Amino acid sequence: MNFISLFIIPVFVVGVVFYGFIKKVNIYESFLKGAKEGLVMTFHIAPAVIAMVFATNLFLNSHFIEWAFQFMYPVFRAIHVPIEILPMALVRPISGTASLAILNNILMVYGPDSFVGRLASTLQGCTDTTIYVLALYFGSIKVTKTGHALGAGLFADLIGILASFVIVSAFFG
Amino acid sequence: MVSVIWGFFIVIGVFFSIFTGQVEPLNNQILKGASEGISILMEMMPVLVLWTGVMKIAEDAGILQKFSNLVRPVLHLIFPSLDKNDPALGYIASNIAANALGLGSAATPFGLKAMDELQKKNPKKDTATEAMITFLILNTGGVTIVPTTVIALRLMHGSANPSEIIITSILATACSSISGLFLDYLIRKRKRS
Repeated sequence: MNFISLFIIPVFVVGVVFYGFIKKVNIYESFLKGAKEGLVMTFHIAPAVIAMVFATNLFLNSHFIEWAFQFMYPVFRAIHVPIEILPMALVRPISGTASLAILNNILMVYGPDSFVGRLASTLQGCTDTTIYVLALYFGSIKVTKTGHALGAGLFADLIGILASFVIVSAFFG
Repeated sequence: MVSVIWGFFIVIGVFFSIFTGQVEPLNNQILKGASEGISILMEMMPVLVLWTGVMKIAEDAGILQKFSNLVRPVLHLIFPSLDKNDPALGYIASNIAANALGLGSAATPFGLKAMDELQKKNPKKDTATEAMITFLILNTGGVTIVPTTVIALRLMHGSANPSEIIITSILATACSSISGLFLDYLIRKRKRS
């Protein structure tokens, strides 16, 4: 399985470029056009990333989480879950940049190839910002009665968190 | 909502640091916080730019279109209340395809358009239809094949294999999306009976 994930990106890149070439797409021009969009996107998210890294660093380094969730320690230790993942799991459905900033902090402190590092990376990749997406999409068409969308969305997030833990444990031990 | 979190992080962070006597590192952090944000962006940018470039080729070569044609029949099963030729179904397919390929900025317009189409046939304009709810559950599951930003961050922090989390992410996404859709199905069924 590890072997497969090592090859996904190279195979994908070669496949796309080759297919584009066969389809007579001007691959170089297309690449430049897309790269420019990526550049604009980076500048677009820059203020939010700076704001969130600043705030989350202050928050995480104050060690408030450790203090506030002391009572949870035995529970987390009993099921072998690192407590560092808690703030990220709580913030993930609300803000993508905030959870990205927490992920950055976890990778910095524990390393990307640690268990917490892999778990946090999987968590960031496996779900989207449920509450933000709901607000954006329903807001755009002025729907206010959203039924069970939020409940079911958050339920799916919870399952995603649990599944991440089980799957990362199974893969990397 | 994001404002609340942001404010909460700063206020709690500062007060708790002072309260526990960590004032000196606090000064450092406030001053260093912004420059760390910049360095994250600088590390993420090359990967992001490269990826959007490659994905643009995919889009221009019609891979996005092919992919959405592929998911369309499956979508019909998930959205039984929509007609097979409903234009909303096409937008939903494109939205999911763009999300899956990591084209986040291309996905959102498709998603908004899909909501727009669904709203046209909505008899009660302030109430979400079944199809809207199902679509959002599917969308918030975030079906992503290659989580670019995560890989970029892992690369920045010196991972031996930054992309090793692709498989675990896909599997975890599948679990969360399927359970979300299943819960949605159960709720719909209960409402009818």
